[in-house]
Amino acid sequence: MKFQQQPESRSHSYPVPVEGVTSLDFDPYASEVLRDPYPHYEMMREAGPIVWLEKYGVYAVTRYDSVRNVLTDPETYCSSAGVGLTNFHTEEPWRQPSIILEVDPPEHTKTRAVFTRILSPRALKKLTSTFEAQAELMVDRMIEKGVCDGVKDLADAFPIKVFGDAVGVPKDGREHLLPYGDMVFNAFGPANDRFKECLANLGPATEWITNACQRENLTSDGFGAELYAAADAGDISHEDAGMLVRTTLSAGLDTTIFTMGNALVNLGRNPDQWAVLRDDPKRARATIEEVLRYDSTFHSFYRTTTKETELEGVPLAREQKVLVFVASANRDPRHWADPDRFDVLRKATGNMGFGAGIHGCAGQMIARMEGEIALRTLASKVESIELLGEPILHFNNTVRGYTSMPMRVTAKKH
Amino acid sequence: MPTITYELADGTRTDIKVDVGANVMRTAIDADIPGIVAECGGAAMCATCHVYLEKDSASAFTTISDVEEEMLECVAEDRQPESRLSCQLYVPEGIEQIIVRLPETQG
Repeated sequence: MKFQQQPESRSHSYPVPVEGVTSLDFDPYASEVLRDPYPHYEMMREAGPIVWLEKYGVYAVTRYDSVRNVLTDPETYCSSAGVGLTNFHTEEPWRQPSIILEVDPPEHTKTRAVFTRILSPRALKKLTSTFEAQAELMVDRMIEKGVCDGVKDLADAFPIKVFGDAVGVPKDGREHLLPYGDMVFNAFGPANDRFKECLANLGPATEWITNACQRENLTSDGFGAELYAAADAGDISHEDAGMLVRTTLSAGLDTTIFTMGNALVNLGRNPDQWAVLRDDPKRARATIEEVLRYDSTFHSFYRTTTKETELEGVPLAREQKVLVFVASANRDPRHWADPDRFDVLRKATGNMGFGAGIHGCAGQMIARMEGEIALRTLASKVESIELLGEPILHFNNTVRGYTSMPMRVTAKKH
Repeated sequence: MPTITYELADGTRTDIKVDVGANVMRTAIDADIPGIVAECGGAAMCATCHVYLEKDSASAFTTISDVEEEMLECVAEDRQPESRLSCQLYVPEGIEQIIVRLPETQG
């Protein structure tokens, strides 16, 4: 495998960056940026609707409208060249491209339809009571402990249990899914030290996940089995089914874990917002939506131009990588009133935490469901949550969340 | 300029002038029309932008795709022959007015 960062020669006829576009030597993947990216996003948004990032040779969009325009025009801004910095058209990817994430229509449409069916609201309804019972068990255990870890005891534990069961993977060894997901999301960025270290430390994770995705190792009634059933029906190939189980696991676990952790951090830091939710646990779904907007799990990924085009008045060559900052769009004051305020009463729908358009997260409804049930259960049973010390931030090139969050929870008095 | 008319379950109507190619869901969200939730923002995953098309409007649109078909099976209020997901509807050329009725609930 090779990990080149510089794009190879392209057919462009424009100097890059085009005159008039702000060129920045800013590195969005630097640790000090990942620690608190939002002031940097503001800097980029104010620098223009499109900026040039010298270090990586890419354009970047950070405002709500420009992000939406790119994501909803897959004919011009494709995914088949990879949604990371590596251009699959000209460079070798670190693993085989995903047949849903990294393909364009019409191939994408076929695969997507299978997921639409398996993860439809109707299909998810059947899982509700199981998820609720599990959330109750975990929240009760947190209350018993009093002093607990919001990540380990809920944000990690809940999705690993309910999502792992829903997919139907073996119960032993599920912890291997997390470093694998970490790797996948690091790979959306450059082959920097963070990526290399993650790849070197993957250990048995790849082997575990490869085995877990085999038909004979999956339960007979989970999403995994349904993907293989779709292969039996001729909708996809059997090899594809195995790959899609892998995609489901890598896309669906670290992300929900981080989102739930981000919810707990922001509710812990904003007792007034926690009080709103605690007094009306039905607001759990709206709260998760605001968490996705205010403290997005997914921060950035790429699209690649399929032809010469113009974006925000700037001519782009074919095969040009465009870095799309959804987390910045979710804080753009051009779209949101008071965007830097965490407000669980806000109508946060329309945020692009799950992306937008045909590649918008296929698992977003189950992710919302997991988050909603966990938060609603917590808000129904717990009076107060108090962060004990600073939560431990996890550093990844493209996703943001916490690995530990000591906290004290107090039960509601009935 | 074509007009999209949104009729709420209580009969209230709102007319919005749009360009050809406008999306029926997005237009409603931008205009703050109640009754369309569109939780997934147009990714055809949530079935919460369900509308009923008035007869004359129905024929103006492209046919229902497999994905939309799947989602229409998940809508909260009864699916009717004129049911569509508004996120999949783009205003075509050559039509003056599109009338969509909104269900009482999206879930």
